[in-house]
Amino acid sequence: MGLWALQLVLLAGVPAAILGVLGLLIEPARFWLLLPAVVIAVVGAVSALLFPRLWFRHHRWEVTDHAVYTRTGWLFQEWRIAPLSRIQTVDTVRGPLEQRFGLATLTVTTASAKGAVKIEGLDAETAADLAEALTFATQTTPEDAT
Amino acid sequence: MSGDVTGDLAWGRLDRRAGLAGAIYAGGFAVGSGFITGYWVVVEGSLATALTWIVPAILLVTAGGAVFGEWMRRVTAYQVTPEMFEVRTGVLFRKRLALRRERIRSVDLTAGQVLRVLDTVTVRVGTGEHAGKEGTVTLWPLRRETAQALRAALLAHAAVDEARAHVSEGALVRFDRSWIRYAPLSVVTPVLGVGAFGGVLQVAEWFGQQERVIETVGSWFGPAPVLVIIAVLAAALFVVGAVAALGLWIEMWWNHTLEREADGTLRVRRGLLTARSISLQESRLRGVELVEPLGARLAGAARVDAVATGLTTGEEDKTDSRTLLPAAPRDVADRVAADVLREITAPPTAAPLTPHPASARRRRLRWALGSVVALEAVLVLLGLLLTPVLLHVAWASAVVLVPVAILLALDAYRALGHAISGDYLVARSGTVRRATVALQRRGIVGWTVRQSVLQRRAGLVTVIATTAAGSGAYAVHDAAEQDGLALADAAVPDLLRPFLEGPGPTAP
Repeated sequence: MGLWALQLVLLAGVPAAILGVLGLLIEPARFWLLLPAVVIAVVGAVSALLFPRLWFRHHRWEVTDHAVYTRTGWLFQEWRIAPLSRIQTVDTVRGPLEQRFGLATLTVTTASAKGAVKIEGLDAETAADLAEALTFATQTTPEDAT
Repeated sequence: MSGDVTGDLAWGRLDRRAGLAGAIYAGGFAVGSGFITGYWVVVEGSLATALTWIVPAILLVTAGGAVFGEWMRRVTAYQVTPEMFEVRTGVLFRKRLALRRERIRSVDLTAGQVLRVLDTVTVRVGTGEHAGKEGTVTLWPLRRETAQALRAALLAHAAVDEARAHVSEGALVRFDRSWIRYAPLSVVTPVLGVGAFGGVLQVAEWFGQQERVIETVGSWFGPAPVLVIIAVLAAALFVVGAVAALGLWIEMWWNHTLEREADGTLRVRRGLLTARSISLQESRLRGVELVEPLGARLAGAARVDAVATGLTTGEEDKTDSRTLLPAAPRDVADRVAADVLREITAPPTAAPLTPHPASARRRRLRWALGSVVALEAVLVLLGLLLTPVLLHVAWASAVVLVPVAILLALDAYRALGHAISGDYLVARSGTVRRATVALQRRGIVGWTVRQSVLQRRAGLVTVIATTAAGSGAYAVHDAAEQDGLALADAAVPDLLRPFLEGPGPTAP
């Protein structure tokens, strides 16, 4: 939750700050630079407060003997399913922000260019264990995976 | 340079005419650009200056092409071993490529006009890696017979499925000249028309005559009103575009044949000036897509594309290499689709589809009218701020756009449908480009289910089957919630089961 809030703050904060600084420096265009800066900042602050809570409540993941499932989003809910027999790679990624929060993202890809299943914001240890378990499970299912 | 490859007899080489081919290509280019440059030199200076500078330049470029071709020939060699297909090449950087033979998914032969005269072809060997050009090897040029033999050798490992071999090999469909009537109905007609228009102006500009061209055309009309001029020019564009589309179609599809070879490879051969041969192993096929662009659909025609793994490599004309059958009458297309999939009983693409609920139609109408309203709002706003002309444009365009939007929305709704037909998941959608995909159920490697807040309230759900083939994902848009999930459950049994019983979209 903290991570998402921080990401949103950065996402809105950086352009808002750039516009703000420009607005203070460039006299004639001040109004047209400061207006969007304020709008972006307000929208960013509100979503940083609201969305992480919503997402946290709605994001779910599950790994069964047959497949990996995830559910993400609130406005646009999305369920993704990848059967274990079709998994090709299992990666864990820890960005600088995620490391700060002790989190990791687990990405499970299949042969499809569009079928990757991502589990974001996992506890780093859970992610590592899960990656190992999934890798083992995929190795024991001998199939072409395409 | 070539010392390391000449000693080994097993290594195949490029054709001896590589230098000649290079010279012809470079020479053609040099003469073309030399002609334009020459025109300017003659205008500014004299004919003698032009000849003394340009003729040597053309000769130099031509010789350069010949040297390049010959050098390519010297440094390139290939070898087919029981396991690998190895290629050594590279003019500046020496490269050694080794492709595992069981990974090779396509071997395409192309012969442009120059190569054809020389009885040679370009061979492209693809492994279907999605990472751009890395998985593709091009050999240019090879003798036609050598290339045919290489193609046969590389694809020989494709296993023949004895149990399903009841559909005999041979031609699946023969070229029919009457299909040309669908050519001008494609989107390329206006595009080519505009392209020709731009091309004329561009060439005129090279010679500094652009204004004169515009003036000449203007003088043909005299004092005619602007609307008439626009209408006549638009009609001219359309006619030119239609002629160009016909020409392009003949170039691309002349003598088209789709055949199945004894080793279970589908092979498309087509082309008038550039002869193309595209091979696709049947084991890579995951389904077919029946595509009906609006124009062709109104004429009752459809095109058949293959949904196969490893076809979308970073090579040119991606979509064309997927096409198994150009726009042809709908029943022919259905039959070809069935034959390609070896479904003799009923073509899956013609299966009766479950329609989607009426809320999907409301959604489409809302989208269509919403985008028209957004466009008009911008026009009205600008019109109030700037000039009243835009207000007139706004109401006039609204009169045209609103009925068009409604018709398209209703048509888009009619297109929606899904079904399970034997071993296939069938889904249809789209209005400008209506596509019916028949995807093998065993080719589905996962599911994505999407539902926005609005869809949730309307009881709709978008179910997307992900696959290794084709575009990677095929969607069933806006199906009724129960229908969509039941479809996914039926298509790949048990996968969705725990998910349906758990906290699913029906009981969040």
